[in-house]
Amino acid sequence: MTDWVGRSAADIAAAVRSGEVTARSVVDEHLAVIDAGDGPINAFNLVTADAARQSADAVDATIAAGGDPGPLAGVPVALKDNLCTRGIPTTCSSRILEGWRPPYDATVVQLLASAGAVSVGKTNLDEFAMGSSTENSAFGPTRNPRDPSRVPGGSSGGSAAAVAAGFTPVALGSDTGGSIRQPAALCGVVGLKPTYGLVSRYGLVAFASSLDQIGPFSATVADAALMLGVIAGHDPADSTSIPEPVPSYTESLSAGVAGLRVGVVRELTGEGIAPDVAARVNAAVAALSAAGAEVTEVSVPAVTYGLSAYYLIAPAEASSNLARYDGVRFGLRVDAPTTDAMMTATRTAGFGAEVKRRIMLGTYALSTGYYDAYYGKAQRVRTLIARDFAAAYDTVDVLVSPTSPTTAFAFGAKADPLSMYLNDVCTIPSNLAGHPAISVPFGTGDDAMPVGVQLMAPALAETTLLSAAAVLEAASGVAS
Amino acid sequence: MTSRITADDVVHVARLARLSLTDDEVTTFTDQLAAVLDHAADVEALSIDDVPPMIHPWPLRNVMRPDEVGATLDRDEVLAHAPATEEGQFRVPAILGDEP
Repeated sequence: MTDWVGRSAADIAAAVRSGEVTARSVVDEHLAVIDAGDGPINAFNLVTADAARQSADAVDATIAAGGDPGPLAGVPVALKDNLCTRGIPTTCSSRILEGWRPPYDATVVQLLASAGAVSVGKTNLDEFAMGSSTENSAFGPTRNPRDPSRVPGGSSGGSAAAVAAGFTPVALGSDTGGSIRQPAALCGVVGLKPTYGLVSRYGLVAFASSLDQIGPFSATVADAALMLGVIAGHDPADSTSIPEPVPSYTESLSAGVAGLRVGVVRELTGEGIAPDVAARVNAAVAALSAAGAEVTEVSVPAVTYGLSAYYLIAPAEASSNLARYDGVRFGLRVDAPTTDAMMTATRTAGFGAEVKRRIMLGTYALSTGYYDAYYGKAQRVRTLIARDFAAAYDTVDVLVSPTSPTTAFAFGAKADPLSMYLNDVCTIPSNLAGHPAISVPFGTGDDAMPVGVQLMAPALAETTLLSAAAVLEAASGVAS
Repeated sequence: MTSRITADDVVHVARLARLSLTDDEVTTFTDQLAAVLDHAADVEALSIDDVPPMIHPWPLRNVMRPDEVGATLDRDEVLAHAPATEEGQFRVPAILGDEP
């Protein structure tokens, strides 16, 4: 009985609201599929089946009493395990937080529940969201549902895999340098990184605070719009949250691209991009053109410095944010005679190699004598990137590039840290600028693995981004 | 231009970050961090002192709220997941000196 597995969140919510199916029945179907299928995939760190059934029953009770549970009524969702859930373990896939139960819910978790969504569990990630393959998890890697010998991408690999495997129609991830868009591309689902500040980060465990943003995974563009409408909006608990009203993202979805000015980013479509990925991006651009968009090639020169700037700025912010894991207030403590020794023993035992690498890199980039050469210079480059984007958006409405230079790679294929970091070259610029970007599946590469096409837009232009994405989605089934 | 990171630098930043490394880890991390910093040489080489630094996507301002008493996290719930507590507070080992 899997009548509702594989259906969109929009369909499920409509059916639950109309009484066609109960939320309990929908969640039971999804829990059964997770139970049967997640062993080899390992998308979930924790499945909260009992809590999910209780939430679903509450949704059904609301409907029985004549109420409306909300736009995500009865929709099963998966949450990246760096989103705080009250009383439910939140590990960031790190030993240092193993067993910790947050005393509060992230704002997005509250918003989903208020909209009638049913959380089914916490998904795997690269430890503290640092990675592009989900191989850095303390609880073992997640495997790509399209080919279990390959990585799902990362860091939100568990959420991407959960949606790709049909475990949930939608999921939440976080994106600091591509951690939603890249796994979405590698798993063949839609992944949206909203404008910085559009979605509250309250309760998202911080990695790099000037870059982190929460966003949705979904099988369809319409579900991405539906999810964004629920989680977007000002939150007094996040001082970086934008105090602007939220438009309807679903109403404008069918606006089309007639007359839309689309720019292909020269610096992100040439050298370093696999030929089969480049071919799919070309096909996507042709599809946008065929749908009425005015396509040109544009140059955003400073994005070529994005990778270097990011791998100085993000580790610098991380080295500060992760200072809080010291064995005093939460999580792991390794006993030692003095507090200083206890902190060192705890952090040494609790953090994995990639987290240590980034903490040290960030500490170095911020240290006396190197601050100006590395961190200071990277911040100036960030200005250059923002300026070059602004100049590009004087002439176009949307930018196009690949999401990732290649399709999903094999486990262990990028053991050298720098080669792993190079995966993020196309996604990082939008984080540095604070702009929204979305990855839309557009066919497959020579290896039959999914290819994602990235659309980028200026701050708060999500409506344009989503309507262009909807055109790509419609064309992806017919263009080849 | 600065020189590539040395093993002594790695030991120093590890100490600052309260991480203890084995000799093998010092060697591995030194090579890996040097590779990343080598890649960043493109940024390091730019002459952009006249470009202002961007610390954040948007101009940051102080955010004020009315000075009213509101709900806070429940102390017992917070302390329930601390490694060690005593009399409603976090308990830590000795802070002064090398011995407890």
